Amino acid sequence: MTPLLSARSIAKFYGTRIGCTDVSFDLYPGEVLGIVGESGSGKSTLLNCLAGHLAPDTGEILFDTRTDGPRDTLRMSEAERRMLSRTDWAFVHQNPRDGLRMGVSAGGNVGERLMAVGARHYGNIRAEATDWLGRVEITDDRLDDRPSDFSGGMQQRLQIARNLVTGPRLVFMDEPTGGLDVSVQARLLDLLRGLVREMGLSAIIVTHDLAVVRLLAHRLMVMKSGHVVEQGLTDQVLDDPQHAYTQLLVSSILQV
Amino acid sequence: MIRIENVSKSFTLHNQGGAVIPVMEGASLTVAPGECVALTGDSGAGKSTLMRMIHGNYLTASGRILVGETDVARAEPREILALRRDTLGYVSQFLRVVPRVPTRDVVAEPLLAVGTDRATAQARAEALLTRLNIPQTLWSLSPTTFSGGEQQRVNIARGFAHDFPAMLLDEPTASLDATNRETVLRLIEEAKARGAAIIGIFHDAEARARVADREIDVSAFTPARAA
Repeated sequence: MTPLLSARSIAKFYGTRIGCTDVSFDLYPGEVLGIVGESGSGKSTLLNCLAGHLAPDTGEILFDTRTDGPRDTLRMSEAERRMLSRTDWAFVHQNPRDGLRMGVSAGGNVGERLMAVGARHYGNIRAEATDWLGRVEITDDRLDDRPSDFSGGMQQRLQIARNLVTGPRLVFMDEPTGGLDVSVQARLLDLLRGLVREMGLSAIIVTHDLAVVRLLAHRLMVMKSGHVVEQGLTDQVLDDPQHAYTQLLVSSILQV
Repeated sequence: MIRIENVSKSFTLHNQGGAVIPVMEGASLTVAPGECVALTGDSGAGKSTLMRMIHGNYLTASGRILVGETDVARAEPREILALRRDTLGYVSQFLRVVPRVPTRDVVAEPLLAVGTDRATAQARAEALLTRLNIPQTLWSLSPTTFSGGEQQRVNIARGFAHDFPAMLLDEPTASLDATNRETVLRLIEEAKARGAAIIGIFHDAEARARVADREIDVSAFTPARAA
């Protein structure tokens, strides 16, 4: 099987400071990869490099495109990369405000992604948007409301609907459940797991919440000071951590 | 079906002065299809450790752990995931689920994962929940709020939903009343009858005597403590 995404020796420096360095991994279709680490460990830098928001200083990122097979996304033209990020990729920001257009209705937010890939029939777009809002548990009487009138949890679900409506194959998520209260978090986790299974999505999730990765991620990568210190099967890394930092991380969780 | 050859394991505690604790050495055993092997030994002898090594959530330092064709000691994460989805079932002592997911779906999930259609999976889940005396009124609720015994039974239902060719059972009859204990023992006997290779930990001596064909004392695999 060809990996959907293959990262080779990714490094990003901010001046002399390390953002992340020497990161390599393969992500296969249907797999969810969790990236954990403390603030400043380089996990968001890495995610932004992978998603094409930041240009890494070295390395290559091969994505298995639908038409041409594996292509290095760092060496694609800007137009090709933008097309990918509108079709096969999705990016869920920690703060829904970064991923939504706050002045446009909920339905418009979802419809916009569809229009970006060529949908033009108003009735179809509206029907598709209603369907997706339903899947993320936003009732259709809120279709014409703006996200600014929504609660934080609803905004996050709307952002997910907007991202998934075009049927992406790879979703990047930056702390998708951060800043949400726990009951909303649980709902979102359930939603994400269902979507991963039903749509065969692959995802890369950056978080500092180990409980979230245990439930969502198949594999785990632990970062510290820009380096990947350990990676493997999620429950193996959490139950039998090998690296000093991972052991500290795992033993620092408060038991509920 | 399951073959363990000369397996060893130690824990290194980096945050406690780098202490290295050898916990297992020269462990070997085989389990044939249709056979149930019970792991015995005192608390701390390494029964659960060995089981987790087979399941792959503990790393194995050396040796081979073959489940079917897969060597768990050396397999890639995605090979282990495929093994757990299709071949190797594990009933742990604790139920770990996504909050808010209804009990019926928790039990049906392993079937959906192997591609069973939703209706068949749900019917099988409901049949198992009925056998294990989980009242129908609870099926649409998340098991997170259930009592310990109920959670244990949901966990067993989930573990037996898919007909795994190999199974690991960690104290499947603990904290169950007589009726439910009988049901669980029947489930184990049925799994053996259809050819499943089973490794179990049973503190309940009667249950062990009934379902296990052989006992293996894991203290034999405990490295001699350095004085």
